Amino acid sequence: MTIALLLQVRASMSLDLLNTKGIPVKKQGFTWKDLVRAPISKLDSDAYTKIRIILMNGIEHEALRFSHACARMNADLQADLAIIRRVEHHQETMINWLLPPDMSPLETTIAYEQVAIEVTAAVAQMEPDEYLSQVYRFGLLEDFDHLYRYSALMDRLEGKDASQILQGYTDILPGRPTIDEHRHPIDDLRKPYDKKFALPITKMHALTILSGEQQTHNYYLNIGPLFADPVARLLYAEIASIEEQHVTQYESIVDPTETWLEKWLLHEANEVYNYYSCAEQETDSRIRSIWERFLDYELGHLNHVCELFKKYERRDPAEVLAEELPAPIQYTSQREFVRKTLANEVDLRADATTFVPKDKEPERSLKHRSKINSQGSPSEAVASDYRWIPGGEINAREEGAIHASGDHLHHSP
Amino acid sequence: MHPETISTIRREYFMNAPKVGSIEPPEQKTILTTTGRRLLVDKLGERLAFERTGVRLYEAVILKCGASALDLPTDRLREIRDQEIEHFFLLQDAIRELGADPTVQTPCADVIGVASAGLLQVVTDSRTDMAQTLNAILTAELTDNAGWELLIELCLQEELSDLADRFRRAYRQEAEHLTTIKSLLTEMMTTPGRTLES
Repeated sequence: MTIALLLQVRASMSLDLLNTKGIPVKKQGFTWKDLVRAPISKLDSDAYTKIRIILMNGIEHEALRFSHACARMNADLQADLAIIRRVEHHQETMINWLLPPDMSPLETTIAYEQVAIEVTAAVAQMEPDEYLSQVYRFGLLEDFDHLYRYSALMDRLEGKDASQILQGYTDILPGRPTIDEHRHPIDDLRKPYDKKFALPITKMHALTILSGEQQTHNYYLNIGPLFADPVARLLYAEIASIEEQHVTQYESIVDPTETWLEKWLLHEANEVYNYYSCAEQETDSRIRSIWERFLDYELGHLNHVCELFKKYERRDPAEVLAEELPAPIQYTSQREFVRKTLANEVDLRADATTFVPKDKEPERSLKHRSKINSQGSPSEAVASDYRWIPGGEINAREEGAIHASGDHLHHSP
Repeated sequence: MHPETISTIRREYFMNAPKVGSIEPPEQKTILTTTGRRLLVDKLGERLAFERTGVRLYEAVILKCGASALDLPTDRLREIRDQEIEHFFLLQDAIRELGADPTVQTPCADVIGVASAGLLQVVTDSRTDMAQTLNAILTAELTDNAGWELLIELCLQEELSDLADRFRRAYRQEAEHLTTIKSLLTEMMTTPGRTLES
């Protein structure tokens, strides 16, 4: 980041989106060793640094996937998309390669669920549209349950404590039971925001959470088969299916009548918004310098796309973008909000685009659930009688038994 | 400019790499004042992590025995698992006595977790037979034996003879575990008709 821009960000706590140019696209570049830097420490890095790294990987991944889809439908934009996409690919590489190799796929999974919980909870509280806030709270309670199931798997399969990754910021408790999260696809669709009336922050929130859920879905599909344990393979298959539902939910809240260029503009603005949120709160100076550099890069991308928007749509980007960025996403523990949401809304279910009490859930979802769970439920089996204890379930010795591998094992005092 | 080789690349990263992590959180740094004590706690954390994973490894083996057509001494395997649990608590108490927190993952605990990952994969794979499974357990027991031996040495260096004595009992049990697993595997591999499970 240029010093002037840094000062501007810190001093005003905001950023003039339309008049801050950033680094021009043609001046953005990398080398292999620039991309492959020393990873963060799994043990010493703050959990929120990990959370930001994972989220920003997801944000860049969504940028790439959107860019490819857009290129397939817009011949005129292909060259510009390809140029910016190459930079974003390398941004994603640098970010994702910051994760350390001693973080196992299961430990990384725990971190992914922590991202989903902490970021979605922060967004739900900031979201001005009450319906969309409810959508986020609905998804939040499901990811919260995934964290509990995966923590049980980690303890019972590997003998490891998930709190090493969570660092005490996030509770390990049951949420809306994963077994009950399987719905008919129609009951995963939600009402979109209206592009004309939605505030910019609403659009940023939708893209941010969509990006996070999409990368989680991809990640589970990729790493599920790496496990030898059949329970782990089953659990990843089950939770990946819910993540697919979540991607369906979150992409449906985005107004489908936005043009391709409008969507591209919003993606770039969202990247600026997220790098800004990260740079503003990052405690690790080495990582903060990456957020600042990429904030400058994204401002360059945004400016480039603003020019395309004017050229092809003959519209003013100010119609779509706010002059100033909304308040940043808050990277602080959301424990109390999650507990409150859990207490009030765990029994909510979905009927098409509306949320209903448990007893009003549509027959189509009950049927779907009954069929997919008819040969057993991996998420129930893995967490049967599981209660998180610091240092692992083995510490339940005082209670006379520990649970493992489907039976209760008594051991010598 | 000389072309890079695999060796030069690796050397460059190795020379500039930060460590895996710290032995203890900052608030504990007044308790573990000497290098010897910090090293001991790091290795105690390693054994603690290994014993806890060892419990899960043996549970997986016992489960597999139950599903196997082979006549295997599951009672002895259960006894070994119970001793791994005892060792876990022994280590936990020792770490507390030294003023450290047993729930904190030390760098060596983290690294042994990476090293054990392959063993867990072999043991929990539904397709591996009992001989392949026990071979993985043998690797674990060999490591465990050497680990306890080293812990006793470190305790003596730190003039913690009481702790060393308590660890000797665990070390003797670990030596017996190794003998059991070696014998089982040898018998399985050398007795005609016993190695192939169909």
